[in-house]
Amino acid sequence: MTTDTINETLDDTHHDDHHDHKMTGIKRWLYTTNHKDIGTLYLWFSFIMLLTGGALAMVIRAELFQPGLQIVEPDFFNQLTTVHGLIMVFGAIMPAFTGFANWMLPMMIGAPDMALPRMNNWSFWILPFAFAILLSSFFMESGAPNFGWTFYAPLSTTYSNGSTAFFVFAVHIMGISSIMGAINIVVTIMNLRAPGMTYMKMPLFVWTFFITAYLLIAVMPVLAGVVTMLLTDTYFGTSFFDAAGGGDPVMFQHIFWFFGHPEVYIMILPAFGIVSTIIPAFARKKLFGYSSMVYATASIALLSFIVWAHHMFTTGMPLFGELFFMYCTMLIAVPTGVKVFNWVATMWRGSMSFEIPMMFSIAFVILFTIGGFSGLMLALTPVDFQYHDTYFVVAHFHYVLVTGSLFSIYAGAYYWLPKWTGYMYNDSLAKWHFWCSLISVNLLFFPMHFLGLAGMPRRIPDYALQFADFNKWVSIGGFAFGLSQLIFLAVVIKCIRGGEKAPAKPWDGAEGLEWTVASPAPYHTFSTPPKID
Amino acid sequence: MSRSNQRWWLGAWLFFSSLLSSSAWADTQLNLTKGVTAVSREVYDLHMFALYVCTAIGVVVFGAMFWSMVFHRKSKGAKAADFHESTKVEVLWTAIPIIILIGMAVPATSTLIDMENNDNSEITIQVTGSQWKWHYKYFDQDIEYYSVLSTPREQYENQNGSFTGNGAQKGENYLLEVDKPLVIPANKKVRFLITSDDVIHSWWVPAFAVKQDANPGFINEAWTNVDEPGVYRGQCAELCGKDHGYMPIVVEVKSSEDYDAWLNEQHALTAMAAEAEKASLSASMTKDELMKLGETTYMAYCAACHQPTGVGLPPTFPALKDSVVVTQGSIAEHISLVANGKGMMPPFGKQLSLKEIAAVVTYERNAWGNNTGDLVQSADVQAASGE
Repeated sequence: MTTDTINETLDDTHHDDHHDHKMTGIKRWLYTTNHKDIGTLYLWFSFIMLLTGGALAMVIRAELFQPGLQIVEPDFFNQLTTVHGLIMVFGAIMPAFTGFANWMLPMMIGAPDMALPRMNNWSFWILPFAFAILLSSFFMESGAPNFGWTFYAPLSTTYSNGSTAFFVFAVHIMGISSIMGAINIVVTIMNLRAPGMTYMKMPLFVWTFFITAYLLIAVMPVLAGVVTMLLTDTYFGTSFFDAAGGGDPVMFQHIFWFFGHPEVYIMILPAFGIVSTIIPAFARKKLFGYSSMVYATASIALLSFIVWAHHMFTTGMPLFGELFFMYCTMLIAVPTGVKVFNWVATMWRGSMSFEIPMMFSIAFVILFTIGGFSGLMLALTPVDFQYHDTYFVVAHFHYVLVTGSLFSIYAGAYYWLPKWTGYMYNDSLAKWHFWCSLISVNLLFFPMHFLGLAGMPRRIPDYALQFADFNKWVSIGGFAFGLSQLIFLAVVIKCIRGGEKAPAKPWDGAEGLEWTVASPAPYHTFSTPPKID
Repeated sequence: MSRSNQRWWLGAWLFFSSLLSSSAWADTQLNLTKGVTAVSREVYDLHMFALYVCTAIGVVVFGAMFWSMVFHRKSKGAKAADFHESTKVEVLWTAIPIIILIGMAVPATSTLIDMENNDNSEITIQVTGSQWKWHYKYFDQDIEYYSVLSTPREQYENQNGSFTGNGAQKGENYLLEVDKPLVIPANKKVRFLITSDDVIHSWWVPAFAVKQDANPGFINEAWTNVDEPGVYRGQCAELCGKDHGYMPIVVEVKSSEDYDAWLNEQHALTAMAAEAEKASLSASMTKDELMKLGETTYMAYCAACHQPTGVGLPPTFPALKDSVVVTQGSIAEHISLVANGKGMMPPFGKQLSLKEIAAVVTYERNAWGNNTGDLVQSADVQAASGE
């Protein structure tokens, strides 16, 4: 079907329903095929998951507040770290980005909705079941998965506590949801762009989601494969990862990280898109180097397929393998550097103002870059032997995932809240949210660098006495950061219920089709495509 | 500056200076260890080099950013410039990072080649991880032993739901101490062959810059050559289940004379243990003796999984209290289970003496109200474990 025929079909159906035509109450949300409703569902779901995963992290930090076991048993501690990681990756960050994609992509490319609206409904509504399955295992005799979110075999197979089946089925459902979401994004972008919007005229936001969706389609089946092998190893007597039966536990890590490394870019490329939208708006200057941004994003995506084994330097790889993966990993610094330089060049000689979306974006650039620096250090194989599986790594990935991905999500949420709700957010409350988060997140994660360098391994429920001081401060930072996120909840609820009316384009430097429609965005937008010059 | 402002600054200053000067910070380590081997010093230098490079790049990039945030702000009347691309600049900031990266890759490569050169070692030791202890076996020496955490349970188990209860006073090397450390000589190239009996573990001693995964069914190599005698501590670095945080590594590096003396001592001890095994076969212990030895053995080797009260942590670690296997099963099967293992249950035959197995089986069959009245002697163990 060509773009024209799709548009005609959509136009035809639209003639019959000039008003919003939505069901009321819970049915509206259960049966909805509207991209804005589904975007809202995804965003709320991810925020609930963020608070859930955060609550688990608070128990972890309470246990680590001082040496000795105070509140939890070591085995339960492992369940907490495992489920915290799974929830944050698959429940908080990824669905939040899918929420952004649903809300913004059709509006940014001048499309009336996502291309596959019924599948869209399904890809959201299976998610709550996946997490219900995962979380329900906490209340079972076996307990929740306790083998780390990376579920290395044979700890997750022969030596698992019996939660493997629940874990595998939960991950399968999450994967199906992600693949459907990604297919929808690709089909929408390829077919529903407004006439005249060529690929190189798409907003960078759209580009990053386009590339991310391809990454998802490429690696989610690999994850599905590896968890299935895990399942048959555990329950059906296969030996994929069991040396006694001719398998290899290290092969598990190869397959897992072949999924896992692109996965971490799945969680950061959309963040690049959001920040690349916001910085030009508040610097009142076009994004510097648009085309190099597109190429850099694509290069990062391609490189992500040939660096996976840098997670495995200590597994006993041959020297040649270590050198190959070290060099490839270091190369990623080049396109990532281009991105950071382009953001700085966009700010350079701009006319900047510092509204909350911009504050979160600037914090993103600085703190994500710090995470990038530790990433570069981790790429060097000889020193990775010292950093590997210590708190240095924990600091690294929390800098890129929390002050990176999560901060970009906040930046985007504040930026588009007026468009979503029709009201401006409460600025002073938002400032509280920003400053409390910024200070506490650094108190939380920065000292982890020192802990890791001093030799504290990750995933331990208790530690030697020389780590006590920093752990105390990290825990205090953790509690403060967790509580600060409740301010955001207050901001959003206030903003939905009212406030200063938002104009169609509340930010004077903002560009893009989404600002040409009213605030709040009408239930149906761009039923006839806009003209792009 | 107003009065209240002054007071605020004074308070903040006092707060932060007290943080920094507090005596607790005196031994807080901020940076990577330099270690005690040529390789570990190379690794440290590489770490510092990478850190300086990153800091320099950070100063330039963040400097430019803060400059424009201060001077190019709308509130100061800055007008936005019009440029949005420049091939020259973009080529430049692609090329410069590549050159910097090459500068980092060269020393990294040479250090890595050093680290992976396992040739010409003088001593070889097999290191085997298992849940949750290390086993060391000296090649050509007939010396092998397990090394387990020696921090007493009461120092770390203080679950009373309150932050004030610290349990027993924690020792200086809390969680970083073992019953029998690995002993190696200084100034000799020692090669480690690392493997695992169950899940993946990782043998890590920061002072040697050695971290190598212990994979079940496969053998990894690593080596070290330590300059100075001393005691060096590390921990398991790969999540390996419940007590991952409780399997430290302690390496005692001795001068060559001391090492030789230690070897002789070990040989003598091995001989004595063999004598004792033989003697225990004909000896018969009383119930009190068996129960006493059984309890200490149980607490050291069994309680981590089956719990001090015998209730286990089902379903992973079954209860022994009122267990059918323990109270009604045959003694021979019970002994075989302890000595040879089954499924997740590791074999203890190599780790415990005949007397200890006899005692622990007796203990399990009579403690916590099991009261079977069964007594097991070393000779029974010898007969049942099939050795």
